[in-house]
Amino acid sequence: MRIELVDIHKHFGPVRANDGVSLTLEPGAIHGLLGENGAGKTTLMKCLSGYLSPDRGAILADGQPLSFASPAEALRHGIGMLHQDPLDFPQMRVLDNFLLAFDHRFFPDRRRGKALLQELGTRFQFNLDPDAEVMSLTVGERQQLEMLRLLALGAQVIILDEPTTGISAPQKAQLFATLRRLAEEEGRSIVFVSHKLEEVEELCHRVTVLRHGKVTGEAEAPFQVNRLVEMMFGRSLPPTERVPVTPGPPVLEVEGLVVPSYQLTVEGVNLCVRAGEVVGLAGLEGSGQRLFLRACAGLERTAAGCIRVGGRDLTGAPYRRFLEAGVAYLPAGRLEEGLVGGLTLAEHFALAERRGPFFLNWAAARERAAAHIGRFNIVGRPDTPVEALSGGNQQRAMLALLPSRLNVLLMEHPTRGLDVESSNWVWEQLLARRAEGTAILFISADLDEILERSDRVVVFCGGRMSAPLEACRTTVEQLGYLIAGKDVGCEAGNVRRETEVG
Amino acid sequence: MDTSFLIQTLASIVAASTPVVLASIGETISEKSGVINLSLDGSIALSAMTAFAVAFTTGSVTLGILAAMAVGAFVALVVAFASITLRQQQVAVGFVLTLLCADLADFLGTPFVRKPGPEMPHLPVPYLSAIPLIGPILFDHNLFIYLSMLSIVATWWYIYKTQPGLKLQGVGERPEAAFARGVNVNRLRYLYCVVGGALVGLAGASYSLSIKLGWSHRHTFGIGWIALAIVIFGGWNPWRVAAGAYLFGLFKALGSILQRNPAFSGVPTQIFASAPFALMIFALLLVSSEGVDRLLALLPVRLARALDRAMRGRPPGGLGKPFVQG
Ligand SMILES: Nc1ncnc2c1ncn2[C@@H]1O[C@H](COP(=O)(O)OP(=O)(O)OP(=O)(O)O)[C@@H](O)[C@H]1O
Ligand SMILES: [Mg+2]
Repeated sequence: MRIELVDIHKHFGPVRANDGVSLTLEPGAIHGLLGENGAGKTTLMKCLSGYLSPDRGAILADGQPLSFASPAEALRHGIGMLHQDPLDFPQMRVLDNFLLAFDHRFFPDRRRGKALLQELGTRFQFNLDPDAEVMSLTVGERQQLEMLRLLALGAQVIILDEPTTGISAPQKAQLFATLRRLAEEEGRSIVFVSHKLEEVEELCHRVTVLRHGKVTGEAEAPFQVNRLVEMMFGRSLPPTERVPVTPGPPVLEVEGLVVPSYQLTVEGVNLCVRAGEVVGLAGLEGSGQRLFLRACAGLERTAAGCIRVGGRDLTGAPYRRFLEAGVAYLPAGRLEEGLVGGLTLAEHFALAERRGPFFLNWAAARERAAAHIGRFNIVGRPDTPVEALSGGNQQRAMLALLPSRLNVLLMEHPTRGLDVESSNWVWEQLLARRAEGTAILFISADLDEILERSDRVVVFCGGRMSAPLEACRTTVEQLGYLIAGKDVGCEAGNVRRETEVG
Repeated sequence: MDTSFLIQTLASIVAASTPVVLASIGETISEKSGVINLSLDGSIALSAMTAFAVAFTTGSVTLGILAAMAVGAFVALVVAFASITLRQQQVAVGFVLTLLCADLADFLGTPFVRKPGPEMPHLPVPYLSAIPLIGPILFDHNLFIYLSMLSIVATWWYIYKTQPGLKLQGVGERPEAAFARGVNVNRLRYLYCVVGGALVGLAGASYSLSIKLGWSHRHTFGIGWIALAIVIFGGWNPWRVAAGAYLFGLFKALGSILQRNPAFSGVPTQIFASAPFALMIFALLLVSSEGVDRLLALLPVRLARALDRAMRGRPPGGLGKPFVQG
């Protein structure tokens, strides 16, 4: 099925998210949709898949105009979309999630559903346990489940909105293989929405680039990366450079730390981080790095060991004491933990003033907000509620809200979902802090980011932390091995022990 | 303690728990779909009064029950309209309705206070009531009690075993995702809110036509609030919710047994009347306390996780949030 989008307009109040976009999707091809944060990619794809109705414009399938009022109707026409945050039912089982969508008899046939799920699963090598709760799956697995749902319902056009955010490297490889197969062997059209150039380069046959709601260019593989960058940002980006910083005295010392939790216990972590140092924490999601980071922020109960910040023992101290010691924590869930949904930027700045007078000085808070909005390049106004900001701007707002003097900055996925320009910008801000003596610890799923930005890297696997590695002398492959728990040295040790016993 | 006394006590617990069971199951249905019907306490009072008033005036228990269910459903419809269509705060709407309904019940019920009236006829289930032990405890009651037990099983079966039940879960859990699968979210929310409300109305009827006959000032006092708490601590699962309701019935029965014991004759009766509420809160807290976490941590992980899942439930993801369709 050949899909044409003709002159699509979609406005949100004054924001022209899509401003006359035209685009053709050929069957059997993987079509990349590139663009910086806020370019209008998601909006366009939601128009195509029935989640939004365009203000103006037409959607044609093989020349016939299509119109649909809901995503379910779009799917009946063979167009399905996978959202960045999988649109599934976290508390329900995998099988029930699957059955809800497609078995419409009063008593769903569980056995048949299971068989179908398994059959589809083997066809694409997706290994999903039908009885597991969706909540317990990784983002990658939830994506696979959604994909199977769309395929079971016969989707001919499959749209994936930033599908590689938050999934592991093997899952990504598997996803790419599946997409190639769906397009090249089965003749479906795939739309791959992303702002990661390497991925688009690796996977797509064609790309369309959006900027400020308009198409700024199209290209066929093989792509010229610098041309794509220019189309995305309107200019080419200067390469980032590392400024060496001489580390100061130790600011964060962790000895023999044990952090218990239901799923996993972090055990025996020893780490000393010095002022101005950047330490990257690698590992599969749920390997203990987040638990460790939250313990360092004073947010998790520790069972043994100690945490010293600036020489002061803060083991078991309340979060407030950590804050006073100059520790800050930026969580991954921007709207869940980092910002307060429903409050405006000005209100956030008023809230961040920790020892203000009893009566708020709104004029001052608004002024402070306006100043930070300017300095941090946030697209918004002091009275914009935070949930109306795009992901990148929420991240900027969180950085703007940090206190000016910090000893330790702990971050989860500082650039998740941000385009190249925004992530460079974020790191500029972070590295400026490091020059002032702030030590930075961050978790990232992007191994390139970890190696590029940190001085030292530690890898978490099953609740244990590897010895720190010098980032400049480590490769992505080495990290990959450690992340998968295949420590070469450690295996050799086991072999030796076994031979001794034998 | 002889067995006949024990059987009698257990049978009376089963009977006395009926309104709480019906109300909390009704509320479970509504909340599973994402709508909090906080008006329970007022709604029960109004429907109890209606049931008695209609049955008293017409002489027909059946008409009384139907009128009570209609009242419960109507109050739920108001909650649904305000929260789904007008997108108002569900909790605020429910709270105002609670007060309004309770006052309305008092006002309209004045002519019926302390009047002797019709009663739900006793109806032992043939054959089943003859089973030793279980028979007299479970099957020697009136229709209300059977309906309450049936509501537990039927609700569980409907929610977890049928296709519309899957949709019901989905609508409450993640309305956007349900909508994406072609489910008419707001229509289903209306439906289940009203069905739940009808069960709440039935709970009211069971009160004034069977458990505590007749009508008086503050006749059903507090039952609705307990039912609301039980739904939460029961983790929105019909079996656990029912278990909570029967536990509350047990506490109440213990209160009246102790009250009749001469050893406690000096204790004011109010203590026995209100102790079950306090005990219930205490029991519910115990289940969700950190102490249980510690105990669970001692067990093997798989067992601990299973127990944790069995004991605690997470609220439906979309609970209390209006959904903007399209
Ligand atoms: N529901 C909405 N209400 C108001 N504005 C919106 C809404 N959805 C999107 N926008 C605005 O429309 C613009 C385009 O947003 P869109 O989500 O399509 O961008 P995107 O290209 O997907 O960006 P990203 O890479 O960050 O996901 C942004 O300025 C955004 O703030
Ligand atoms: Mg997007």
